[in-house]
Amino acid sequence: MVKGAESCVPLSEVATSNTHGEDSAYFAGWKAYDEDPYDAASNPAGVIQMGLAENQVSFDLLEKYLDQHPGASGWGCGISGFRENALFQDYHGLQTFRQEMATFMEQIREGRATFDPERIVLTAGATAANELLTFILADPGDCLLIPTPYYPGFDRDLRWRTGVRIIPVHCSSSNGFQVTLQALEDAYVKAEGMKIRVRGLLLTNPSNPLGTAITRHVLEEVLDFVTQKDIHLISDEIYSGSVFSSDEFVSVAEIVEARGYKDCDRVHIVYSLSKDLGLPGFRVGAIYSYNDRVVTAARRMSSFTLVSSQTQRMLASMLADREFTENYLKTNRERLKNRHDFITEGLKNAGIECLPGNAGLFCWMNLAPLLEEPTKEGELRLWSLIVHEAKLNISPGSSCHCSEAGWFRVCFANMSQQTLEVALRRIKDFMKNMKAKQEK
Amino acid sequence: MRVIVPLQAVVQGRGGLVLGSLIPCALFYFLQLYIRRDRPSSSASNLPELAPMPRSLSRSLLSPRGSSGPVRLSSRGASVARDDDNPYYVGLKRCAEDPYHHSSNPNGFMQLGLAENWLSLDMIRDWLVGNVKEPLLLDEEGELSIHGLATYQPYDGLMDLKMAVAEFMGQVMQGSVSFHPSQIVLTAGATPAVETLSFCLADPGNAFLVPSPYYPGWDRDIKWRTGIELIPVPCRSTDNFSISIAALELAYNQAKKRGVKVCAVLVSNPSNPVGNLIDRETLYDLLDFVMEKNIHLISDEVFAGSTYGNDRFVSVAEVLDSENFDRRRVHIIYGLSKDLCVPGFRVGVIYSYNENVLAAASKLARFSSISTPTQCLLISILSNTKFITEYLKVNKEQLCDMHALFVDGLKQLGINCASSSGGFYCWADMSMFIQSYNEKGELKLWDKLLNEAKINVTPGSSCHCIEPGWFRCCFTTLTKQDIPIVMERIHRITESN
Repeated sequence: MVKGAESCVPLSEVATSNTHGEDSAYFAGWKAYDEDPYDAASNPAGVIQMGLAENQVSFDLLEKYLDQHPGASGWGCGISGFRENALFQDYHGLQTFRQEMATFMEQIREGRATFDPERIVLTAGATAANELLTFILADPGDCLLIPTPYYPGFDRDLRWRTGVRIIPVHCSSSNGFQVTLQALEDAYVKAEGMKIRVRGLLLTNPSNPLGTAITRHVLEEVLDFVTQKDIHLISDEIYSGSVFSSDEFVSVAEIVEARGYKDCDRVHIVYSLSKDLGLPGFRVGAIYSYNDRVVTAARRMSSFTLVSSQTQRMLASMLADREFTENYLKTNRERLKNRHDFITEGLKNAGIECLPGNAGLFCWMNLAPLLEEPTKEGELRLWSLIVHEAKLNISPGSSCHCSEAGWFRVCFANMSQQTLEVALRRIKDFMKNMKAKQEK
Repeated sequence: MRVIVPLQAVVQGRGGLVLGSLIPCALFYFLQLYIRRDRPSSSASNLPELAPMPRSLSRSLLSPRGSSGPVRLSSRGASVARDDDNPYYVGLKRCAEDPYHHSSNPNGFMQLGLAENWLSLDMIRDWLVGNVKEPLLLDEEGELSIHGLATYQPYDGLMDLKMAVAEFMGQVMQGSVSFHPSQIVLTAGATPAVETLSFCLADPGNAFLVPSPYYPGWDRDIKWRTGIELIPVPCRSTDNFSISIAALELAYNQAKKRGVKVCAVLVSNPSNPVGNLIDRETLYDLLDFVMEKNIHLISDEVFAGSTYGNDRFVSVAEVLDSENFDRRRVHIIYGLSKDLCVPGFRVGVIYSYNENVLAAASKLARFSSISTPTQCLLISILSNTKFITEYLKVNKEQLCDMHALFVDGLKQLGINCASSSGGFYCWADMSMFIQSYNEKGELKLWDKLLNEAKINVTPGSSCHCIEPGWFRCCFTTLTKQDIPIVMERIHRITESN
């Protein structure tokens, strides 16, 4: 395991407290058992586990049932694997699955970064991963800095139960909404002025809602910034497999490795199979941290959000099929790019400009010219018109905390080509009507 | 509530009280006694005989119908339960209510606000078909649709699974009560179920009263991230560790004196770690208690289907059905890890009668949702009610046999167990083998059992048991052949003590 330097970046009270309870006899006994488990044949002198209220006395009944109903035993677990699977609730996660996740993440980055399976903590979705990290890195009342525009779900996922606040880092269209050092400084100073402690910066790369991959240059600046301020960096890379040209994606992991893992224990990556593999229902997320204490705390805390063992087993099998994953990643990227080009072309024909994008399942379109007034209210009035007249649900930039009015996120990957054509037609008609109204 | 404090003194016969507090005390006794009068007698009663009072009157004295007020959600819970007026979510909702379909609803809303990728699902489907036998997620046309591979599903579980779980719970409770799927929130295990429920009911610094000994996991599951305090309310071996309302009352007032707000009483039934059942009488008392204090009652019933004694398990749901209690303060925790033996699949249940709690909990479920293929597998297994009935029956028989063998084995070593009718363990009294009658002595014995005899049992102190020397011994991961070996190892330690 690659070790980072001894951590000086502080963790939250929740993370460092003993309330995880694992120092108690209750857990110490389990550990002793795990290290030396009794087996009648192979380890008769081992520890017998009587501290775990698990019922194995009736397993044969379930196995018999599955024997008689072969369909239910599908999903790569089979009857012989069923018992193991059904009982497995280790918060370390299935070793094989973690191994495959690490390899898959390397594949996406085309070997430009390496991932150690021991640093992967599995969670039931990236939503849970983001919340977990927030609990671990920040105390109630502290804040995370997040560049705008950002995924509306963060307001809920990162704040609801944690009591942590979000301070936006404002980005502008003048440079394609890229994060600047100035914007970072401004946000940091603002937090200081409000007497709020900044614990970390959360980046989404590629960006949601922008649909752009962050450049190497910006990532380097960001890493320098967080190091200088002695705060954490969370890089949400759930769309990393959805960058149209794989070489246009630079993961923070690459930068960390290029820097020889110096000062990397402030860096944490969030991943998920919901976007890249299109499996949101499976609830598979992961935290990858270079910080041992964070890995330990996250692992314990993942008890609240474990991935079903059956799902882990099945996906381990799927991800191990290298031919499948190679082909999948390549084909998926092509299809996304084609879809992206199709919609941006269509929007252009309707007189709408989009931010040049190279990733993700959406594009960021500019309807500012249509606004009666360049305000949030103006934008929402326009949004309401689009929803009710054109009957299209698109997401207004204000719900993503965009500081400029008139931008909208439009998703294109969740429908058929035909439906997309219908949508584009509706947009075109809508634009025509708007133009006619404006000319009056 | 100065009234109640002298009560304790009266019970203990210390007397010497101001008249002004004697009368309310007496009233309180009348109430307690009258409530007990209409129910099957309880062995736990220790109040003096007094004349009865009409029950509805006493009810109106303490908790007038309708005006005890809606029981409070935490401020966190309340803010989560409120509807989101952020256009991001409003748009998603509108679309879901009237979705576009090329033939059946061409004028419907088109969803461009949802970042999901359907473009390459065909490849996933092909892989599944090629590699996995009879996948459950394909519909008749071989499409990955209905059950949620293709899209996000409700975070609090597929309706089909909620229905199957409601049905299962009914079977577990042996038909004495029926459960409604609309009152269920599914989570990835009972661990997040109890934490999520706690977030909804209490704010940081608030407390739950928990009869002890209790399940050690709660110290982590409930206290860790929520900032809620757990106040152990000791039960005694003299009455087989039954819940005492008087003790709850005392603990409530002590908390109040400290300025700590108690929001709920949390019980497990069947009890973990003791294994006894809460009788009907005590359930009524608990409900009266929480009503009087205007707090919640959480009943963790994860072992409800794993009973084996002569006593019948009575869920708090059954009592609610038969009486006119304010249900909005009652919540049940359940799951499939114990009764169906599938802890790896992560299926927990919050069952609540409170729509605000359900609203908040179903939103919070996003942090701990169950994987859809697992939900599908379980729908399939649980729907086979004939199998489930047979399974529950045989499981109980097997638990009963193991329990009897184990308790007997311990008895032969001179170790008695608390009387238990449920769970996977027995609650054994090894106090005669500890050198000093305190926690230190108990842990010394635990250490010997673990490191010398190589047996992992759970010491009572981890469960906040007030009497040293009790140990929880689980027997359900053993085979019958293992039992003599276990006994022999325990004997090695106990004979040297």
